[in-house]
Amino acid sequence: MRRALPIIIVAVTVLLMAVGLTGAGRSSGTVGIAAGSALPGFSTNAATPEQALSNFLIDVQKRNWDRAFSSVERTNDGVNEQAFVQEWIGSNGGLRAFSNLEGYDARPLHATDAEAQMRVRLHWSTPVGPVEDVRDFRLAHRGDAWKVVWDEAPVPNVPSQIIPVNYLRWDLVAGSAGEEWGSRNVDAPHVRIVSMNAVDSAEGSVVMGEVVNEDTIPAFVNVNATLLDAAGSSIDDETSFDKILHVLLPKQVSPYRIDFPHVSLSKVKNVHMDVKATLVPASSDPVIGVMNQKLDTDAQGRAVLHGELSNQSGQTVNIPHVIASFYDNNGKVVWVSDGYVERALLPQESEAFAVEIPKSLAGKVQSFHVVVNQYSLQKS
Amino acid sequence: MWSSTNTVCKSRKSPRSLRVGSLVLSASLVCLAAMGYAQDADLRAPSAAVAGTANSIVTTGNGTATFYLIGPSVAFKREVRLGQEISLTAKDLQNAGKYLAIVCTGSCQSVGFFAAPAKPVSLTFLVHPSRAPVGQNDMISGVALPFDEFHNLVIVPETVDFQLTAKDSAAVSRRVTTQDGIAWFHTSSGRAAGPLQVAASLNDIDVSVRRVVQQVASDPCSLHIKGQRTPKGIVVETEPVRDCTGNPVPDGTVVTFTARDGNETDTVDAPIKQGVARAQLAASGPVVISAASGVVMGNELRLGPQ
Repeated sequence: MRRALPIIIVAVTVLLMAVGLTGAGRSSGTVGIAAGSALPGFSTNAATPEQALSNFLIDVQKRNWDRAFSSVERTNDGVNEQAFVQEWIGSNGGLRAFSNLEGYDARPLHATDAEAQMRVRLHWSTPVGPVEDVRDFRLAHRGDAWKVVWDEAPVPNVPSQIIPVNYLRWDLVAGSAGEEWGSRNVDAPHVRIVSMNAVDSAEGSVVMGEVVNEDTIPAFVNVNATLLDAAGSSIDDETSFDKILHVLLPKQVSPYRIDFPHVSLSKVKNVHMDVKATLVPASSDPVIGVMNQKLDTDAQGRAVLHGELSNQSGQTVNIPHVIASFYDNNGKVVWVSDGYVERALLPQESEAFAVEIPKSLAGKVQSFHVVVNQYSLQKS
Repeated sequence: MWSSTNTVCKSRKSPRSLRVGSLVLSASLVCLAAMGYAQDADLRAPSAAVAGTANSIVTTGNGTATFYLIGPSVAFKREVRLGQEISLTAKDLQNAGKYLAIVCTGSCQSVGFFAAPAKPVSLTFLVHPSRAPVGQNDMISGVALPFDEFHNLVIVPETVDFQLTAKDSAAVSRRVTTQDGIAWFHTSSGRAAGPLQVAASLNDIDVSVRRVVQQVASDPCSLHIKGQRTPKGIVVETEPVRDCTGNPVPDGTVVTFTARDGNETDTVDAPIKQGVARAQLAASGPVVISAASGVVMGNELRLGPQ
């Protein structure tokens, strides 16, 4: 008995390690859904579509590009390894270039002996928070192994061109007058909240609406909200953070959304709104068109607004950020959604976007307004 | 003139090594003690004291005494000889306000006096706002405060001339007398955009201060758009955008174009350049195009399919 106990402990430890490495014991998995992370990297010969996809995604996760590229079957000869790698690690300073693939969930859509289709939810960690990307993969049975079929078209190259730009720009000049009181005053831009709505959501309370720059100069805008209870005491206060177009050009309207996680609206008696605007140098370029916007249901059954961003200028927008406000038939803002586009928006090019709407609100939405925040590396 | 009170009290001799901070405290205690034991006055306050002008306090008696002066932003002590005038330099009195003079020997005596501000030599002039939309009532206001050379607010009535000069229009003047050291005006903004020079001057001395208010166009009025199909889509543009008084809306102002084509929508936030906002939309079917700038809506434009 004295010898048996250490042997049992060692045996159990080895067993648990084996279970951990193979992922068989992962509790987060759902029946029929394969999940993965960067941990083990078992790249055995793929006997099943799930195994082939898992091997491929683990190679991608570990940035083992040579093996990942050689393991796929290409349908487009124009895709070389560089284009393949760019598809995964991004380019032109886009959000993907700053992201890491943390894990994935794969679900089979259909499978035959020769072909299979898998839907993969890719979990990316990014500087703006976790981002999920849903992607369908086709797999083919070749010889005695399954292979991922890579049919992505390569990212189009922007041709060399000259785009005349005569955009407007506002600079701030600190006056050189003395310290005389009143001689250097320039008023802050006049910004006004034009609508506000507070709703309960699954995560807590949400305060949202729209704000307009009524002035003739650009403004850097932030909206704060304080929730007050019946006694007039503050329950919580939050800012719009990134759910607003911070730099508002003259007469520009932006949605805003302020989340109060874990605060029930039933406790709130009053909401105190405060908009802060400061002078800021700004440029009216680039102009981004939001084309083909349409309310739809995506492949996962979620209500989404999708469309295309069209860069009508000559400047690359590294990280486009879409913010959409949704109105009911009375013109009231019923929801504000946002989403980051992972690829950089190149001059004169387009990129698709989609933002989600809660299913419970999708039926109420009659119209919407989309604005685009621009993060450009040259500006930061 | 502030009325003075002469008081006398018994007190201990102050130690010579008192620091300035504790001097104020001890002088205040002396003063309080002096108030409590008021007797015959032996100090005479300076008459018509003016900030920044030397003056003196008349004393009676003989021997030496310790003199304390407590005033706005000043507190000091020194040895004085009784029966002689205690001279106060211009620097001692350069802050206008209430002063308390205390002389202590075996007992303490005090007298209060008021130093009035000197003649105004400068004007502080605040004008609000720095940008004003045209055609707004009581939009522009200005406040002028006269100060003497020692930065004391001059509270005796002074006459301030306000003069407003806009481009292509005659200057408007307004004469205002200060009340408790403040003169102010309210006025409506003009009808034409451009700089508005606002000057304030004191009429009896050569002091003039100038500020500029930028009068800017108000919200766009009657936003009209026109558009045409091109091989790439639809090019839509506004007519020159003006406010309701005819001023061109500044370049950079955003006009939002929206094209609805069945259940698809295109929007572009386009800034005004050289008076006109222009955008390219992608819709190919029959579309209804509208424009808005801020909370102002424009006309609707209907275009047939490509």
